[in-house]
Amino acid sequence: MDWQPSMSRSRLAVDIQHEVPGFALAAAFNADPGITVLFGPSGAGKTMLVDVLAGLVSPQRGRIAIGDNVLFDADRGINLPPERRRVGYVFQDARLLPHMTVESNLRFGWRRQPPERRSIEFSQVVKLLGLEGLIDRRTRDLSGGEKQRVALGRAMLTSPRVLLMDEPLASLDHARRHEILPFIERLRDEFEIPIVYVTHSIDELVRLAATVVLLDRGRLVAAGNLEELMRRLDLAAYTGGADAGAVLMATIVRHDERFELTYIAFHGGELAVPRLGLDVGRSFRVRIHARDVALATFRPVGLSTLNVIPGKITAIVGTERAPQVDILLDVGVPLWARITRKSAVDLRLTVGAPVYALIKSIAFDSDR
Amino acid sequence: MSFSLTTLEIEALTLSLRVATWSVLVSLVPGAAIAWLLARRSFVGKGLLDALVHLPLVLPPVAVGYVLLLTLGKQGLIGGWLDRFFGFTLAFTWQGAALASGVMAFPLLVRSLRLSFEAIDRRIETAARTLGAGPFDVFRNVTLPLALPGLLTGVVLAFTRSLGEFGATIAFAASIPGETQTLSLALYAAMQSPGNEDAAFRLMCLSFVVAYIALIGSEACARRIDRWIGSRA
Repeated sequence: MDWQPSMSRSRLAVDIQHEVPGFALAAAFNADPGITVLFGPSGAGKTMLVDVLAGLVSPQRGRIAIGDNVLFDADRGINLPPERRRVGYVFQDARLLPHMTVESNLRFGWRRQPPERRSIEFSQVVKLLGLEGLIDRRTRDLSGGEKQRVALGRAMLTSPRVLLMDEPLASLDHARRHEILPFIERLRDEFEIPIVYVTHSIDELVRLAATVVLLDRGRLVAAGNLEELMRRLDLAAYTGGADAGAVLMATIVRHDERFELTYIAFHGGELAVPRLGLDVGRSFRVRIHARDVALATFRPVGLSTLNVIPGKITAIVGTERAPQVDILLDVGVPLWARITRKSAVDLRLTVGAPVYALIKSIAFDSDR
Repeated sequence: MSFSLTTLEIEALTLSLRVATWSVLVSLVPGAAIAWLLARRSFVGKGLLDALVHLPLVLPPVAVGYVLLLTLGKQGLIGGWLDRFFGFTLAFTWQGAALASGVMAFPLLVRSLRLSFEAIDRRIETAARTLGAGPFDVFRNVTLPLALPGLLTGVVLAFTRSLGEFGATIAFAASIPGETQTLSLALYAAMQSPGNEDAAFRLMCLSFVVAYIALIGSEACARRIDRWIGSRA
């Protein structure tokens, strides 16, 4: 990764080890401004790790720093209490103060920061999170989604240098999740701080993560860029492999007014999708589900599918008994196709064979 | 029968209120501290402290009063010291009566405070820590407000218990009219002296009225706190 002064000043650097009876946690990673997702199955130690970052759990060994600012250093005997870490924490259950109004909740942390440290304005957060109508409400009268928005605002108003979010959407239903997600993205875009986001949802991972830290049973399995981790076959057990589909970055190339199409480029080719309301040059993340990709051994003619991309088979994953197999392709980027085992046999598909991928549809996870 | 109160009875009433108020006020801080310790901390001797606090509930009140006399009386270890260096006497004074009834009421205050400390969701306190509040700040602005219903119950219980205190008070502070003769002591004295049935009846009614007002007042307070916190349904 390139060394950038502005980034390293606000970079969260973590290298800790902590043991409790029956469980050992060891993790080392960096988080730069943007969203770093702590991902892994339940029992991986994700929540323990964010509790360690917040100062709620003191690890036995290691160091935690934000830029030059040391929060914890076992060797030097430094261990800042939670209230002095300037680390915002959004819990799975909002944990609003029940005896206070929404406004008092929002101002609780804000008032406890010296004025010169308040880099974030009250009105700015209220507007960003759409809290105008809730200010005078009692917290118990709020819906789950509203509570979580207040919890987000409350954490941001402490002007934190790092924001921790522990499965903030897990206690919400599907509709509410989609109500909150844009707000999280707005926070990310508006404030230049590292956000450490815990989830075990692949959808949230793909939508939000710039960087992924993959944990399993207290161990760091892998850390790095989302697209790179998603294409690694050895991590398919964690990242979902073909179930999750291929994740790629795409850029808007041009709009076709006549047919209401937009052409997007990715590393390996161009795709036509129904017209998008984005400017040419904009980059965003798309997901191509394995079930939306069909294969042909020669370039098909007389076909309604617009997107046909040549590539090579990298791997064939599937058991003898299952009706379907997953084919990992290299079309410049990795791409998954889920086809029947019968087709794979009939087409004599083997690793290394050239094929054409027919992409029927593309999912846009983010609103960007 | 006359329903108008004599000076002596009015004195007994105001003295009772003063004694009970002071006994509660003095108990509040140590009571809250001990309740918090018992609810939140584990330490060596916690069981002993717990038992010590609860002793007045199970001991004969007269025995408690006698213990107070032995330790805090003029000849007592602490009482003698107080007298010698500060010229301050507790035994047979209204302050002594307040102390005796305070000791008797203490377990009730500690118990209800402890229960409400234990009932507070500690994850909310943790959240407050991450918002920049130190431990005392959290206690003052989160724990205490959330424990307010329990505090109120404890105060009312302790106050009414103090009003009715008899055994420990008479042992430690005696029954001196105008100085330590509270309502219940005055009532007992009136019952003991022939021809004072009217006074006894009035004092009994007075006790009823005071206790009743305390209960109704606390219920009204509890409802306001409930509306404010909304912790109970």
